[in-house]
Amino acid sequence: MTRTRMLPNRRHLLAGAAATAAAVAAPAIVRAQSGPLKVGVILPRSGFEAGIGQDCQRGVDVTPAILKSLGLPELTIMNGDTESNVDTAREHAEKLISDGAQILMGAFDSGQTTAVAQVAEQKGIPLVINIGSAPEITEQGYKFVVRNFPTVPMLLNDELAEQKDVFDIAGVAPKTAVFMHVNDLFGTGMSKGIHGLMPKYNLPYTILDEIAYDPAARDLSVEVTKAKATNAEILLVVGRLNDAMLLTRELVKQRWTPQAIFSMGPGWYENQYAKTLGKLSDGPISLVPWYDPNKKLAKALLAEFAKVFPDLNMNTNHVYTFEGLLIIADAYKRAGSTDPKALAEALHATNIVDNVSIGPGIKFDAKGQNVGLKCGAVQNRDGKQVTVAPKEAANAKLEWPMKSYQDRA
Amino acid sequence: MGLDVYLNVVVAVVLTGLVYGLMALGLSVIFGVVRVVNFAHGEMMSIAMYIAVVLFAALRLDPLVMLVPIAAAMFVFGYALQARLINPFITRPESSQFLLLVAVAIIIVNTLLIIFGPDAQTIQTSYAYDSFQLGPLIVDATKLYAGAAAILVTCVLFAFFRFSPIGKAIRACADNYTGALVVGLDVNRLYALTFGIGAACVGAAGVMMTLIVDVTPLIGPTYTLLAFVIVITGGLGSMPGALLGGLLIGLTEALAGLLFVPSAKSMFAFAILVLVLLFRPQGILGKSAS
Amino acid sequence: MIASLVGDLSPRFAILLLLLLAALLIAPWVVNGYLLTVLIVILYFAYTGQAWNIMMGFAGQLSLGHAIYAGLGAYIAAVLFTRYGIGPWLGFLAAIPVAAACGAIIGFLAFRFGVAGVYFAILTIAFAEFARIGFDHFDFVNASAGLFLPVAQYTHNDLWRLRGSPTMFYYVMLAATVLVSILCRSLLRCRMGYFWLAIREDEQAALAAGIDTFRYKMYAVMISAAVTSFGGVFYAFFYNNLYPENVFNVSRSIEIILGPFIGGLGTLFGPIVGAFLVTGLAESVTSAMTAFGVDLPGAKQVFYGICLLLVIVALPEGVWPPLARRLGLTETSR
Repeated sequence: MTRTRMLPNRRHLLAGAAATAAAVAAPAIVRAQSGPLKVGVILPRSGFEAGIGQDCQRGVDVTPAILKSLGLPELTIMNGDTESNVDTAREHAEKLISDGAQILMGAFDSGQTTAVAQVAEQKGIPLVINIGSAPEITEQGYKFVVRNFPTVPMLLNDELAEQKDVFDIAGVAPKTAVFMHVNDLFGTGMSKGIHGLMPKYNLPYTILDEIAYDPAARDLSVEVTKAKATNAEILLVVGRLNDAMLLTRELVKQRWTPQAIFSMGPGWYENQYAKTLGKLSDGPISLVPWYDPNKKLAKALLAEFAKVFPDLNMNTNHVYTFEGLLIIADAYKRAGSTDPKALAEALHATNIVDNVSIGPGIKFDAKGQNVGLKCGAVQNRDGKQVTVAPKEAANAKLEWPMKSYQDRA
Repeated sequence: MGLDVYLNVVVAVVLTGLVYGLMALGLSVIFGVVRVVNFAHGEMMSIAMYIAVVLFAALRLDPLVMLVPIAAAMFVFGYALQARLINPFITRPESSQFLLLVAVAIIIVNTLLIIFGPDAQTIQTSYAYDSFQLGPLIVDATKLYAGAAAILVTCVLFAFFRFSPIGKAIRACADNYTGALVVGLDVNRLYALTFGIGAACVGAAGVMMTLIVDVTPLIGPTYTLLAFVIVITGGLGSMPGALLGGLLIGLTEALAGLLFVPSAKSMFAFAILVLVLLFRPQGILGKSAS
Repeated sequence: MIASLVGDLSPRFAILLLLLLAALLIAPWVVNGYLLTVLIVILYFAYTGQAWNIMMGFAGQLSLGHAIYAGLGAYIAAVLFTRYGIGPWLGFLAAIPVAAACGAIIGFLAFRFGVAGVYFAILTIAFAEFARIGFDHFDFVNASAGLFLPVAQYTHNDLWRLRGSPTMFYYVMLAATVLVSILCRSLLRCRMGYFWLAIREDEQAALAAGIDTFRYKMYAVMISAAVTSFGGVFYAFFYNNLYPENVFNVSRSIEIILGPFIGGLGTLFGPIVGAFLVTGLAESVTSAMTAFGVDLPGAKQVFYGICLLLVIVALPEGVWPPLARRLGLTETSR
């Protein structure tokens, strides 16, 4: 395989010519027809989403051993960085392809994933979306893009269904709720959909107040004061890691423990949350795409993860990034070649029943979406997560109500 | 919403506002005297915050105890930055200064990212979750201590500028540059000193901030903008003005958040900024421009 | 007209210019996909940098919130397309008056109330932030959930709807950059251009000489705003997704001004040279790091910041003026 080289620009006037000359001098890109499949993994590794991108990378790190044990082919991983930026995402997706990537995986952020998807589709290189929930991406009629992650509508529906499950298990029917959400793609999407969907799932509560906050907020004391003032029984929240920590601290300081906290997004199950808050991290229930602890492959992945990252809990980022590579390796094996068209066809024919995430397995519909994915309800307990719903994926009993923050040592 | 809700919010805001005010004070000193547009102000604060985090992790010392050494370290940093890098830019157009400091800011933010990684770091003092309850009023302990420290530091600064010879010399420079030269003041040294003091201010504010917020490499730019909004609103070159600006902006945002949509509360701060720029550009407590 | 535009360029300069243009014209046929995308980004920043330069370099007003004009262009064109099926060129026509009006408001407020220098810059930031937060709550454009443009097809180039291969986008941006540069040059040569020069050099003297500084500063702001809005339209149709958080962000405004600053404020070639340098440097560092197997997120930006610092410290006029002198090219726009 050959790589293009970018000569440094010395003569600025001829900068354009220099770039051209460099590209002309470099041999044309040759896609290797043999050797391990080159997978371009493009994630936000720097910029404001760097934490998440680097967390997804951990999912990549634990993959090779598992693939080997399953008899799946080896993959060559090429790293790309979107720098948490749409322009750069597009540039670097192109770069990965120019450097020889035969299939792409990424990119967590919906805006950046959209840019990468366009490049992939135009260049005829398959893209497996590991995480990214904007529904529009699979509505464009792309032939080369598949997504193994729920869309916002799927997530919303599922999470409300899981809430009902949790209420049934605990035998409770809370009457009032307060809904706090971050003002971003996810939070706004949930906010728009929730009111219409609540009757469908027979949820017993009314939302007394809806409090939207700025994703860049450093101080959520006013928001929590407002929430506390509603005296709601439960707290619904859609946020991220940083606000999860901020909110929890405020709840402690303002002396308010709701009966339950339902998080319908990331943050509350992440490792840093548990590490920072210690005993104060227990109790909140996250309704999220998750691994099924009763599945065989999940157990294997958990073991491998514990080996490579002994101090961390395995979460959504790791699971879905792993599954993305699992899908790729499986498709590669069936396609028997690195030709992108063959890979795309193999991807669409994917049918993996022994997977890690909750649900019937991995299969893509005509639009490239895996519609079978299910969310789980996972509760923080002793610094780890236990699955309390749905029944087939449960491995622990629900704790309801949450233990008061003031009573914890 | 009952009165107790408003009371709680106001108290919390006043305390945090004092810390923001101290941060803005540093900028006011720098901008007011050296007339440099310090677009790396928030980033400098994040350096101080990380130093506090590291020292806390290593020595387990309360940040407030480490306030003086960290402020001193920031003073040296500011002094060196001004003397070595920024001084030649004082006579250059403001746009060049701005860009210089933007470059400095980029370097700071990304160096911190490399060293500390993107995850948020916190300082968990023994009183991190404490609060004092007085009837319906619940006061966050960390904010109380931070606010108290801010008042203390501001008083010290005020005394310095009012009564010490160096302080007076610096104010002379700010009031009348040529006059200061004529009188024989070593203006370059005073500029470096002032920048150092401004940096020490922002360093102290940063240490107090670590009690209240989590530190990530990317918080710098938000605080830079906030500092400018506060300084302009409160009045350039006015120390009470910076504090007042901090309180006012904090209060506006909090009340906007309480009464309207919290995620839009910054709009109100910017609206105030625009109004101040248009109708009272010297700021609420600033002196009229000559 | 052509003669007056290029008339006073030395033959050497004219030839180099033609060579550059030729190189840029054939570029898509010789470079790979990655370099083509990089060139598109470079041209985008050259274009918006030129547009920004009209306000700063020509009329001396430092705008740090220029993302608002690009953002308005992007959203207007995108909304017209997604809701009413109106193509981007008509969308641009609709965006022009809006962007110009926005510029006029900012300009009016600033100039009537005597807000200048750093204060003007901060005012522009405030407006851009206002727009960002406002659009983040504006349900008509989907607020913070993002506005997605439907991508109907890639197979053939549809210039009217700006749907097609990157090569098409490249030529659109190239044409735009050439046109805006011609526009700048003609603006500089016309009467208004000399008024701007006077205002920039010494506003009080210009006033004393009887120039209506307020009016001409307003023109500069409005033209700059309107021209910038096309950059936004292009952005919307190239990336096909818009989030207020991205589009109106302060960092976007800063990206726009880096090229002209590094290249040379107020000069005709500064923004173009600057755009090549800035983006070229960033991507060179990325490529170098990949080649050396260095995987340190943030290292590229540190290096990039250091280079920026060096240029600012060592080359106060920017890169282009000293370079032009060295190459013996005449540059008559100062």
